[in-house]
Amino acid sequence: MSVLVRLRPATRLPRPLIAGGAIIGACLILAIFPQLFAPYDPLKMDYVALNQAPSWAHPFGTDNFGRDVLSRIIFAYRIDMQIAIFATVFAFTFGTLLGALVGYAGGRIEALFGRVVDAIITFPFLVLVIAIVSVLGPGLVNMYIAVSVVGWVFYARITAAEIKVQKRLDYADAGRAMGYTHFRIIFRHLLPNAITPAVVYWMTDMALAILLGSSLGYLGLGAQPPAAEWGVQIADGKNFMTTAWWSSVFPGFAIVTTGLGFSLLGDGLAEVLRTRK
Amino acid sequence: MTDIILSAQNVSKEFLFPHSILARIRGEPPRAVHALNGVSLDIAKGETLGIVGESGCGKSTLARCLVRLHETDGGRIMFEGADVSHLQGPARRTFNRRVQMIFQDPYSSLNPRMTVRQILSEALRVHRMRPAAQIDARIAELLDLVRLSPDAANRYPHEFSGGQRQRIGIARALSVEPEVLVADELVSALDVSVQAQVVNLLLELQDRLHLTVVFVAHDLRLVRHISHRVAVMYLGTVVENGPTAEIFAHPNHPYTNALLRAAPEVNPTRRTRTVAARGELPSPINLPSGCLFHTRCPHAMDRCRTEVPVLRAFGKNHVAACHLDTFDPTVTKDTK
Amino acid sequence: MTDTVLSVRNLTTSFRSAAGPLTAVNDVSFDVRQGEVMGLVGESGSGKSVTLRSIMRLLPRGAQIGGTVTWAGQDLLKLSDAGIRAVRGGQISMIFQEPMTALNPVLPIRIQITENLRAHTDLDANGRAARARELLDIVGIPDAARRLDEFPHQFSGGMRQRAMIAIALASNPRLLLADEPTTALDVTIQDQILNLILDLRDEFGMSVVFVTHDLGVVAATCDRMAVMYAGRIVETGTVADVFARPNHAYTRGLLGSVPQAGAERSMLLSIEGTPPGLAAIPPGCAFNPRCTFAGDTCRTTRPELTSLGPDRSVACHHNDAVVQAGSPVA
Repeated sequence: MSVLVRLRPATRLPRPLIAGGAIIGACLILAIFPQLFAPYDPLKMDYVALNQAPSWAHPFGTDNFGRDVLSRIIFAYRIDMQIAIFATVFAFTFGTLLGALVGYAGGRIEALFGRVVDAIITFPFLVLVIAIVSVLGPGLVNMYIAVSVVGWVFYARITAAEIKVQKRLDYADAGRAMGYTHFRIIFRHLLPNAITPAVVYWMTDMALAILLGSSLGYLGLGAQPPAAEWGVQIADGKNFMTTAWWSSVFPGFAIVTTGLGFSLLGDGLAEVLRTRK
Repeated sequence: MTDIILSAQNVSKEFLFPHSILARIRGEPPRAVHALNGVSLDIAKGETLGIVGESGCGKSTLARCLVRLHETDGGRIMFEGADVSHLQGPARRTFNRRVQMIFQDPYSSLNPRMTVRQILSEALRVHRMRPAAQIDARIAELLDLVRLSPDAANRYPHEFSGGQRQRIGIARALSVEPEVLVADELVSALDVSVQAQVVNLLLELQDRLHLTVVFVAHDLRLVRHISHRVAVMYLGTVVENGPTAEIFAHPNHPYTNALLRAAPEVNPTRRTRTVAARGELPSPINLPSGCLFHTRCPHAMDRCRTEVPVLRAFGKNHVAACHLDTFDPTVTKDTK
Repeated sequence: MTDTVLSVRNLTTSFRSAAGPLTAVNDVSFDVRQGEVMGLVGESGSGKSVTLRSIMRLLPRGAQIGGTVTWAGQDLLKLSDAGIRAVRGGQISMIFQEPMTALNPVLPIRIQITENLRAHTDLDANGRAARARELLDIVGIPDAARRLDEFPHQFSGGMRQRAMIAIALASNPRLLLADEPTTALDVTIQDQILNLILDLRDEFGMSVVFVTHDLGVVAATCDRMAVMYAGRIVETGTVADVFARPNHAYTRGLLGSVPQAGAERSMLLSIEGTPPGLAAIPPGCAFNPRCTFAGDTCRTTRPELTSLGPDRSVACHHNDAVVQAGSPVA
């Protein structure tokens, strides 16, 4: 009896993780096999069916070029999930590793790092990204570069702070007293215990990246028309908001649900990765 | 003559406070906690040296200096006659294999994300203690040595009680077959009944494996029970060092005497109502002049306030740092 | 005959948890007499601190307290909230292990003492100021006039504990509840504080309930003692008698676990295993899995606390055998 009571919380997955995992899993499936789910070609224009309201033939209606809004939303998963991943994964990897090294080194290196981070954070994030994209030219790859150039500082700062906490615990000293190398202590011992906040932030960051990607798409600096991307779709539909609300509102729902999925996944992971004492 | 395996020679260590820009412009010297102020002691092969003192006396700092977790600011750490204070890289790692440490806090001294098997096999692999094929057998052997069941190997630290975790810490230290074990407050976080188990284990392992042990603790009863020799520390200096029985029967430093009298004995028939030492520990930032204990010493004379007493012999292998040759141990308070 | 000031009967305290109610204190009864120091001894999870807090009803919401705590003719457990507040910090004061967390960090000591004086005495402002200074003198804080205006963080650990005792004394309490007040202190400072508490007891005729895990502290300060294990009292008696003739195997083991003079580098009498968690208290005698005297009865039937004479009781099926084995204390 008592054993059961003790085991249950450990073996049962937290609900946010299940819900978030389900949403993001569905998003990934849509991103990989959009053709299985989309009823129409997302780029096919139909000039006899412009701005049609939702119907059985077009559940989410059609846009101002007569393209099926549902199919475009489904195909947009491909681009928007890519944005979520590629706009963050480099920042996550580089930022976490650098943060681990800086947090472990401490002293002058950390002080110098602090100044660099302050300098980058002083700029408004979106303005900085837009500036970089304007220099490099519009397009997804340039957007990834721009977001990564700025984004790593957050991961580095979070990880450095957590590594500093972990470094003071006795198991880090025990590693040194065991004669382990700094490399082993950082990556085998400290980082697995310090990475949780960065992972959780990563999940939120992916949701933010989709919003950012959509914003840039909306401004014409991200994905380029006629590609199906939620931000582009919302931008395309904005002029018809009063007469054909569906071509902007449904992509907005897609952004919200995907963002919610990442947030839930982050909460769930935080709970699972929490260190048991 | 016994073989000295590990020794500290005039070791000093300071911890600096952050030096603000303003203070630097004003030309003020950086403030520092003087954790160790010229500590010298020798540890003979096969013996247990107890290091005892109250919080802030520098005993844990000294322990960490001995295993090179702290760099010393002055003096030397000698191991088998060689200066190890500045070893780096592989030489340092070899030194650390031979001089191991066990930590106070059973909750933070084990990596919470590694199973006991991972913790032990890492140590065995990194130092190439056993060929890969024999690692599992060796882990079973180590667990048996510290009286844990073999299935402990697959569990995580949080599944164990404090006493069991300290055993895992001991197994990790022993896995690399060290010659010296430095135990920093090994049992002070444990319940009384569990303390006894771990102390018994340490005594037994020491005899079986011919270990040299440095046992750092604030509990005088425990140190007395375990140690062949005891060094008493006060404010970063060793004030007395000698064979356990002698130290406890005839303390030659008033501070040792105060410690002995303050520790409550487990015997209600030997109750006293006199306070053993007045006052409190002076700040380790601004150390007193002369003898560091003079602010609390009932026997302090003018000389004590100006002249620093050096360790001098009071018997065979027994030294103390006090200007007095004898004092009345029952006098513990000024008669004002 | 000395008169009883506090009488605890069948005190039972349980907490709600996801796994059902956990009973931290189970059917605990003891008396505290005028001017005596009563020791409650046990390891972590024995329920000693919860017992103390139950008396004062200082427990988190959701705790269920049963039994009676009779103080000055009234049951503290049945008093209204206003009623218990008048007793708390008034006739009964409490001091804690960690003075830094028990003192308010943003108020100078003066305010924390005068606050208590205002609540529990009739003194005017001048009288309170004078009394505050006097109290610091009593507890041995030098330079009282200046230190009154300092904040807790400017005090050392020992001085903080003295300040907390001064606050506790402000209301002239008749009973002091002390929850491991010296555990966080160094041995020379512990010695000072223990002597201070005993001096105050002599001077003001207070009674003291002293909760500790350290048998040395009990030997040095207490008159009578109760040993707790897994939420229950397993043995009571005068300190001299319990140390000389432990009747419970746990008491005997605990005494043997403390290293003593004259037994250098010998094995200690240790108790195998660890104290049980509240959720998994063994059936029968809670101590049986760790007990060397345990027989079949111990595994099935819980021994009742039975009287062995005035002031002496034990809950052990094999207390004769334990007495035969003798006290490990010289």
